[in-house]
Amino acid sequence: MSGVSPDLLALQVFAGLALGAVYVLLATGMSLIFGMLTVVNFAHGAFYMLGAYLGLLALDATGNFWAALVLAPLGAAAIGMVAERTLIRRLYGRGIDYPLLLTFGLAYILVELVRIAFGTQGLPFDTPDALAGAVDIGVGYFPLYRLFVIAVTILVLGALWLFLERTPYGLIIRAGARDPEIVRVLGIDVARVWLVVFGLGTGIAGLAGLLAAPLQGASPEMGNSILAEAFVVTVVGGMGSLLGAVAAGLLVGLVVSMTALVAPEMEQVAIFALMALVLLVRPQGFFGRAGLMS
Amino acid sequence: MAESFTPPIRLTRRHLLGASLTGIVLSRPAIPRAQESPIRIGFPVPLTGPYATEAQDQVRCAQLAVDEFNASGGLNGRRAELLARDDKLNPGEAATRTLELIEKDKVDFIVGSLSASVQLAVNNVARQRNVIYNSISQSDQIDALPDWSRTTFHEAMTPHMTAGAVGRYAFGKYGKRVVFLSADYAYGAEMVAGFKAAGAPLGIEVLAELKHPLGTTDFSTLMPRIAALKPDILCLCNFGRDQQIAVKQATDFGLKRTTRIVIPVILYTARLAAGPQAYEGVVGGTSYYWGIESSVPSAKAFNDRYRHAYDGKVPSDYGALGYAGVRAVLAGAARAGTTATDKVVAALEGMKYDFYKGAETYRACDHQAVQSLFIVESKSKDMSGPADVFSVLATDPANEASLLSCSAEGHAS
Repeated sequence: MSGVSPDLLALQVFAGLALGAVYVLLATGMSLIFGMLTVVNFAHGAFYMLGAYLGLLALDATGNFWAALVLAPLGAAAIGMVAERTLIRRLYGRGIDYPLLLTFGLAYILVELVRIAFGTQGLPFDTPDALAGAVDIGVGYFPLYRLFVIAVTILVLGALWLFLERTPYGLIIRAGARDPEIVRVLGIDVARVWLVVFGLGTGIAGLAGLLAAPLQGASPEMGNSILAEAFVVTVVGGMGSLLGAVAAGLLVGLVVSMTALVAPEMEQVAIFALMALVLLVRPQGFFGRAGLMS
Repeated sequence: MAESFTPPIRLTRRHLLGASLTGIVLSRPAIPRAQESPIRIGFPVPLTGPYATEAQDQVRCAQLAVDEFNASGGLNGRRAELLARDDKLNPGEAATRTLELIEKDKVDFIVGSLSASVQLAVNNVARQRNVIYNSISQSDQIDALPDWSRTTFHEAMTPHMTAGAVGRYAFGKYGKRVVFLSADYAYGAEMVAGFKAAGAPLGIEVLAELKHPLGTTDFSTLMPRIAALKPDILCLCNFGRDQQIAVKQATDFGLKRTTRIVIPVILYTARLAAGPQAYEGVVGGTSYYWGIESSVPSAKAFNDRYRHAYDGKVPSDYGALGYAGVRAVLAGAARAGTTATDKVVAALEGMKYDFYKGAETYRACDHQAVQSLFIVESKSKDMSGPADVFSVLATDPANEASLLSCSAEGHAS
């Protein structure tokens, strides 16, 4: 590789972090749902895609990107909660394969519904004017919007951490994950906790989808490929570990980015090579508890 | 899609028996003359998946050609019929569908496909069974031995023609320092080869040749490096959604400050999906753009028929190829007065026609359609409507010299 200057390397790191930010959001939601409900949510990519389309609807109705930024995740969370209440709830305690297969089917249905409602072609999603264009960050030009994505991710993670660690409701959620029976004995409605957790997870997926829409437009299949990548991140970080999701998301972003510098056609392979390597050395992932999947 | 699963009338065995008996009686008079069986055209295209939008427009346009043929009386009263099938953008699936179309549905012709590797698979099946296949997607290989056969026709352009015409225009106008970013499959490789062949005599300098996997959704990791090279031209040799996302992200990274983005096949459908902001100033080649109707009468006629049939919309570039591909084999059958393979091949060889974009002809040695190409630039202002997306910068006229030579393709000239 000739001509890799320090500036280029720094820009490449930024590109990797921005890419990682979207992975982090997706994997956080996925890990949250798995850690609390032991549901491997195969519909997570579909909720990500719904976020983008709900954002388009909100943008159409309000004409304001900031309103869409709030409404789209709320919409995705609401749909997620309906799915939890009507479908997924029935399968709790039945073993890990049941909700996995259910959400797998749910993903197909959601994608097909969007195809019917919005067409197969995909729709344009312009970068909001205030965030359009590239800015000079000292080492070269970088899209302002991607910096914004990194910032939103940091904010969301901070808020999530505060919610889970510093509020009474967070305490209940953590306790419910550890031992639902005791929590129930204490007179707390665990079913409501699960509902909120599923809504939170799908809401964050919706936010990730909305954030991704100005980067690539909205299309019914946008969740399919990123679902595989989000799974890799979740597994590498450790199923159910939020800290793991953050660390692994950023690492995967950086690995993709650095691979692109040497052999762009190997980007996809590099992600899975990383996963294989981590699983060989540490089967439970970075921060995962051993034996959770069994 | 909440649909009731109860039929409006309760079907009983007796009903069914009655219905099938009626069917037999009613269809009787049609049986005696086998000659009157319809001319069947098998049409395998990727109706689902990433190129579904383009494929569905191909079906709309192909149907238009069939309807026209039937409205004008068919072939001595024999009507045409289109059998569209989903090839799922997969060579194996396409081969199976083609085999079924030939063996089970007894089609007279095969037209279709939207991928280089898929059309080779379709062609392989069709030629083994001596059925004419007219391909409507880009490939150099299909014109050359050993893939080509006497029953193979190619209505679409080749990467050599497309990249050649776009390259000759762009390298002369925007500069000679070039970066290639191509999808890592046959299409991307053939396009890059075409650009290099056109660029060599002009003295272009290739700064980098980057490849990405098919179906990439993020190109951000490639952009800093491309920006650092400050090329005059970024040649994007990819297709469909890959193209749409790559253009958008190149724009986001501010590449247009220093670099002109050039695309061998700039898609009408991708431009619609990505929006005017992303494609602003992007230059590319196309086999068809509806806007040429201001100077090409056959384009005007074709657009008007399409508008009439499909709520005032206009046909896409790849859709139009579906029209031309089907109309060509039907015209061949009409000229030959039969659907017999050998006679139709003879009628099509060297046939001169103007269906929708000006004069074309099938070159005798490889059955490649010699045709014009349009260089267009994407608009972001002064658009008269949502379909008004390109302005035509230049027309590369139909010229056999733009094709690979017959001998380079392995044909005896």
